[in-house]
Amino acid sequence: MSLVEAATTPRLDIRADFPILAREIDGRPLVYLDSAATSQKPEAVIEAMNDFYRRHNANVHRGVYTLAQEATELFEGARARVAAFAGGETDTTIFTRNATEAINLVAYAWGREHVGPGDAVLLTEMEHHSNIVPWQLLCQETGAELRYLGVSDEGTLSLDELDAQLARGDVRLCAFAHVSNVLGTINPVAEMAARSRAAGAVSLVDGSQGVPQLPVDVGAIGADFYAWTGHKALGPTGIGVLHGRRELLEAMRPFLGGGDMIRTVGFQESTWNELPWKFEAGTSMVAEGVGLGAAVDYLAALGMENVRAHERELTRYALERLEAVGGVRVIGPSSAQERGGVISFELAGIHPHDVADLINREHVCVRAGHHCAMPLMRRLGVPATARASFGPYNRREDVDALAAALAKAREVFGL
Amino acid sequence: MDDLYRDYILDHYKRPRNFGELDPHDLDAHDHNPLCGDEMGVHIRVEGGRIADLRFHGQGCAISQAAASIASEEYIGMAVDEVPALDGEWLIDLLGIPISATRRKCALLNLKVVRGALTGDASWPRGSG
Repeated sequence: MSLVEAATTPRLDIRADFPILAREIDGRPLVYLDSAATSQKPEAVIEAMNDFYRRHNANVHRGVYTLAQEATELFEGARARVAAFAGGETDTTIFTRNATEAINLVAYAWGREHVGPGDAVLLTEMEHHSNIVPWQLLCQETGAELRYLGVSDEGTLSLDELDAQLARGDVRLCAFAHVSNVLGTINPVAEMAARSRAAGAVSLVDGSQGVPQLPVDVGAIGADFYAWTGHKALGPTGIGVLHGRRELLEAMRPFLGGGDMIRTVGFQESTWNELPWKFEAGTSMVAEGVGLGAAVDYLAALGMENVRAHERELTRYALERLEAVGGVRVIGPSSAQERGGVISFELAGIHPHDVADLINREHVCVRAGHHCAMPLMRRLGVPATARASFGPYNRREDVDALAAALAKAREVFGL
Repeated sequence: MDDLYRDYILDHYKRPRNFGELDPHDLDAHDHNPLCGDEMGVHIRVEGGRIADLRFHGQGCAISQAAASIASEEYIGMAVDEVPALDGEWLIDLLGIPISATRRKCALLNLKVVRGALTGDASWPRGSG
């Protein structure tokens, strides 16, 4: 292998760690290219959750017996490692059900107190529904205005436009994706957070597509809130994460009320537990926390720089291979350097739904549709796209299978 | 030969019959499948209790478009009061291809808008249709 080849070959070889990828359908290996929807899970995560239920299961934060202590230590130990993995502090790292709930937590517990008539909430046209609808509800309730930063034809945001919006002086909160789940665009979130802060606006980053594929340091990014979800980052479903700025979290009212989030409860009023538990009402998702702890341990051992390099090379290779198929129009930034491992595309003459159906016959799993970003689809002028997305376990052969399946789809359609 | 994308399906997809607008028309309806982005409208002209003419318009996958094209040839000339009795099985038999659960909504979209135009009931099909 030449040096040039070596530099462009995906570097991770971890397929064997993922039991589901050993599955064959009709005697052929599974080609999983839908990691932006959810990632597959390594044996280490499955085993950690299995072991928790088999050996350590008890409710946390209460019992003094051995099992309860073990469960609490496993759960809170996982929180500490999840926090460290993303560059956050343990007590400002809140577990939620998913990224959607993390964003709703901010929209309710912070937004209802700080956003009112005459104020504005600023989003971008590339947001997932989870980072649109909570703000629509907030603005409808409070009379605030909802505005959007535009997306260029290349699929990028403009910092000048952000400055112009902030200069209007009414923006209370800016919320934006770290990486677009449709375009793959990696946004300059640290810069956007800094400019928001300088203009007196609170910032929230939807890191659902960021944490699984980029080295993320929420402290260095400097946003007031950073939300992400476990299941896209090799962890289980049912657990998400909100990193928040301490002063804001301390001043906020709780989101959900119930057990575990209180210090004292009276007949008429209660006092709140300290961070992070003030925002974690009811019995926690304990096994899921343990599973997410195992997932970040696994990712940390791979090294997120390596994960990023691996997926960047795979994306670069895929962009080349897709172009060679003929009739493929890739949506979003043209360079793998500027995008994450997500490629949305159209195949001329074949609707995305038919593309996904046809290539499923070759056991290639891609997504077709609006990808929970209907406003962005409207902006791009497409009813839907097909989308291939990568995880650290994908390899060049998966891209080859996609390209071959697309060529076959064109044959079926006589193109 | 592909089971689903047979020659006549692709032919109707690429050269859809009775597509476009119909002006003037007596009845119309429009609907969409938000999950996959299919959208379809229909214009209908009624004469003597029958569907005298009909045009579909919209965009979508091969199954939704071909199904509308094929069915359009059945709808024209049909008595208006026959339409409420048409069900998903009628349409799928007419297409003559194996329609999986995930593609059923694509195939039925044309009947949904025709029923909507003639009966004013946009809620069909309930559940799996």
